[in-house]
Amino acid sequence: MRWIWLDKIVELNKAERMVAIKNVTAAEDVLHDHFAAAAGGGRAEQGYHGGPTGAGPDAAHPAYPVMPNSLIIEGFAQTAGILVGHAKDFKEKVILAKIGKASFTGVNAVPGTTVRYTAELRHLDDRGASTRGSVDLLDPLTGKSQPLAEIEMMFSHIDQNMKGIAFPEHNFVFTDQFMDLLKRSGID
Amino acid sequence: MTDEAIFEKVQEVLEDALGVDDDEVTPEARLGEDLGAESIDYLDISFRLEKAFGVKIGETEMFDQSVLSDPQYVQDGKVTETGMNELRTKMPHASEQLDRFAQDPQVEQFGDIFTVDMLCKFVKGKLD
Repeated sequence: MRWIWLDKIVELNKAERMVAIKNVTAAEDVLHDHFAAAAGGGRAEQGYHGGPTGAGPDAAHPAYPVMPNSLIIEGFAQTAGILVGHAKDFKEKVILAKIGKASFTGVNAVPGTTVRYTAELRHLDDRGASTRGSVDLLDPLTGKSQPLAEIEMMFSHIDQNMKGIAFPEHNFVFTDQFMDLLKRSGID
Repeated sequence: MTDEAIFEKVQEVLEDALGVDDDEVTPEARLGEDLGAESIDYLDISFRLEKAFGVKIGETEMFDQSVLSDPQYVQDGKVTETGMNELRTKMPHASEQLDRFAQDPQVEQFGDIFTVDMLCKFVKGKLD
């Protein structure tokens, strides 16, 4: 499995802002456990909060695949992490250190929609970076977007912040998966 | 800027960085023990203070713990008199807290000197 939760970078202004998209597809296994059909009861306890229209689950509890918020946070972390890494030409090992805020509107990322991540760099120095941004959901049927989340994250440059601990020489954070994403997005 | 204005801004920074309520952020509150700050939070606080007050804060300027890992300044888990002098030189904004710490300078208690009041004095020093 490839741990890359972005399909394309659509905008990258060095050390300022990055926008990336992720198309949500029913081909992703994880969506089918979240949420699988249930015989009845218990859906609310699983965190189910209705479809994009706000309608609640019906009595039969059919399958309702939706991208988990935890993976949306991961997608934002990858967006903001690339922004932070790119700012120093990927010379630093950039590790997610803190999620200061992650608030969700209740809009669900269902198959057939597109998640758009917008990350902004608030602060960057040798030790790390702080970022903030928004997540929107685009519906190709209507062409409209709705706010999905607001997130703040901090990243640590581990070679600077964890001196005394030996890390591998090569940059194990920005793997070929991320470099391929940059290349196919037309970014050198 | 008045001491009161500095305290109010520091209070806001700590509320945002640590997710605590304003009534928890008293001058004597310790960042770690009382407000739950962990290592990455100190970097977060440093970034937010820079933004809030328009100052630049060096890596070890606010919290310099290098003395604690230097064998010439620590014996049997306690900071020596020479070590205390070094700390006072490096962290003049923490003089009151260091005086208290000097009464029983156990390295493992060093975190207690990082109080809200110490942060306010640090900021005041940067603004002067």
